[in-house]
Amino acid sequence: MTVTPVNAECASTGSAHEEPGGAVEMSMREAINSALHTALREDPRTLVFGEDVGRLGGVFRVTDGLWHTFGEDRVFDTPISESAIIGAAVGLAMNGFRPIPELQFDGFAYPAVDQIVNQLARMHYRTRGAVTMPVTVRLPSFGGIRAPEHHGESLEALFAHVPGLTVVAPSTPHDAHHLLLRSVRTDDPVIYLEPKARYWDRGPVGRRNDEAPGGTVEPIGASRVVRAGRHATLIAWGAMVRRCLQVADLAAEDGVELEVIDLRWLKPIDADGLAASVARTRRAVVVHEAPLTAGLGAEVAALVTERAFRDLAAPVQRVTGYDVPYPAGPLEPRYLPTNDRVLLAVQRTLEY
Amino acid sequence: MQAQEARAADPLPPAHARSLYRAMLTARLIDGEAIALQRQGVLPAYVSARGQEAAQAGSAAALDIERDFAFPTYREIAAALTLGVDMVGYLASHRALWHGGLYDPVASRFGAVNAVVGGPVPHAVGWAMGERLAGRTGCALSYFGDGASSEGDVHEAMNLAGVMRAPVVFLCQNNRWALSVPNERQVAGGSIAARAAGYGMPGVAVDGNDVAAVYRATRQALEHARSGGGPSLVEARTYRIEPHSTSDDTSRYRDPDEERQWRERDPVARLRAELGEAGHTDDTLARVEREARESAERVRDGICARPEPDGDDLFRYVYAEPTDELARQWRAWREEAAP
Repeated sequence: MTVTPVNAECASTGSAHEEPGGAVEMSMREAINSALHTALREDPRTLVFGEDVGRLGGVFRVTDGLWHTFGEDRVFDTPISESAIIGAAVGLAMNGFRPIPELQFDGFAYPAVDQIVNQLARMHYRTRGAVTMPVTVRLPSFGGIRAPEHHGESLEALFAHVPGLTVVAPSTPHDAHHLLLRSVRTDDPVIYLEPKARYWDRGPVGRRNDEAPGGTVEPIGASRVVRAGRHATLIAWGAMVRRCLQVADLAAEDGVELEVIDLRWLKPIDADGLAASVARTRRAVVVHEAPLTAGLGAEVAALVTERAFRDLAAPVQRVTGYDVPYPAGPLEPRYLPTNDRVLLAVQRTLEY
Repeated sequence: MQAQEARAADPLPPAHARSLYRAMLTARLIDGEAIALQRQGVLPAYVSARGQEAAQAGSAAALDIERDFAFPTYREIAAALTLGVDMVGYLASHRALWHGGLYDPVASRFGAVNAVVGGPVPHAVGWAMGERLAGRTGCALSYFGDGASSEGDVHEAMNLAGVMRAPVVFLCQNNRWALSVPNERQVAGGSIAARAAGYGMPGVAVDGNDVAAVYRATRQALEHARSGGGPSLVEARTYRIEPHSTSDDTSRYRDPDEERQWRERDPVARLRAELGEAGHTDDTLARVEREARESAERVRDGICARPEPDGDDLFRYVYAEPTDELARQWRAWREEAAP
């Protein structure tokens, strides 16, 4: 693993204010924006481009101010051409740049899948390392905001299946900041999934990623125990982490202590971290928004079963979306995992 | 802006024409060796570029390899040879030793062999955008064919290049056949060059079997790009003499008379005749031909002798920063699957 010094300062943006101990309170949107400021400032080879990311500052304002600060050469709008956005990123990387392209919404990553899978993910392999692909694809993802069709998809299993890609999804402003910086500092392509339902959630963002084990370098692939418990482990990523924390609060009222793991890196998956947790709790429930069949929950369940079979007191439970297209607004709450559905799964695993 | 039909080009200076003849003939002979090696079972399959040597050598020769970069697909043997790519490394892709070939694409200024028609076209645009952003003067040359011109990526790439005024030359080898489908069922409107107008860039169609015409059109397009004029499109109209690949059978879809007519317009024979008319002696040309033959034989022997890749190469190049998970699979492979 390449050891990169992390000296990420958090730019003061918007209504951010400093907390004791150097952390700054900000929204996830601001935390990503601040990381992009840092990335562009610390390396002149980094570029931010995509649809409406320039003058407008992005449809979610995640790239707000970058165009003004760094100029048209570093931050620019492209035509509505998702495949060419990624294809151009491949060519720019071949020419020594470190692109951070944005695909505006999850469902519009599909037109770019050919370039991502057939080109971006395997150019390093195809050229036997002669060419590196330090490209971080930012992808506002997942549902929960009553958006139009194609604006609520969960593509993590699709990308996790592709050799050569790294996939990550933060759940907090702090992680959003530091996982993005870690992504842009690696020489491999990363699919960075932003839980758009959490863009406006606020939280402290540390100046340094002191929570990373071993000091200041965020290791790729490390999960995090966000709540300790002893009766069962809830495993989630992105927007579903907060759901699981709510469930853990509710369960605690009945004396059930749930451990919650934020998987964070969806490829590679922290199988050791999962096994260690299940060794303590003996039960696991994995929660995601994506449809059930061949979702990442299946991979999590398989890993837990392989690594911790003798520790398990019950089969791994999956609480997921259903095998249906992502629905329109009124049906979203009836599709996404709810507190009750997660609690029922917890009950099933406890009573198994 | 109208697509131009370029008139027959003036002949090239003698030494230049002779060196192009050497490149085209060498490529032709290596191409023939590759077909023979496929028949012998050394190459699992091969895609011949026979008939397209002028389109490839003429365009590649216009590049300045100190600063430019070419993006091939998979039928660019004469372009590769003209640019000085290690031909054993190039054929390694066709011997199925390594997808992408075993030459260094960065040092060669020639991208890895790419089997997605249209796929590398946006790469050329991105690379060219990078040249402009870095304040350098290199240009990208993107090879693609009439079949690829139907791909959405080619449209996206050309539009992006037009908007960004990227210094890129789109070099279409229209060889009339996209596997089994002729131009009439592939290219609405009948002209790929004419599409340039829609992207606000110059487009020119040239006789792709006239090496001087291709060279001069590409040169002009590169000068246009280098001077800040943005992208251009050159359509080199030529013909795929051989089947799409050694696995293909043209008798199922095209008229042998058409093939015969195009064989009579062979670009290598044509250039040789022009060189003779221009006063190159038979002795001079015989020497070039002997050297080309020797060169092709060296490449043939080289590709036959090239060892198969190490099994560890399965894992070695997937990531620049290897993951623990892949390292675990690599260890398991060594224990369970490695001989």
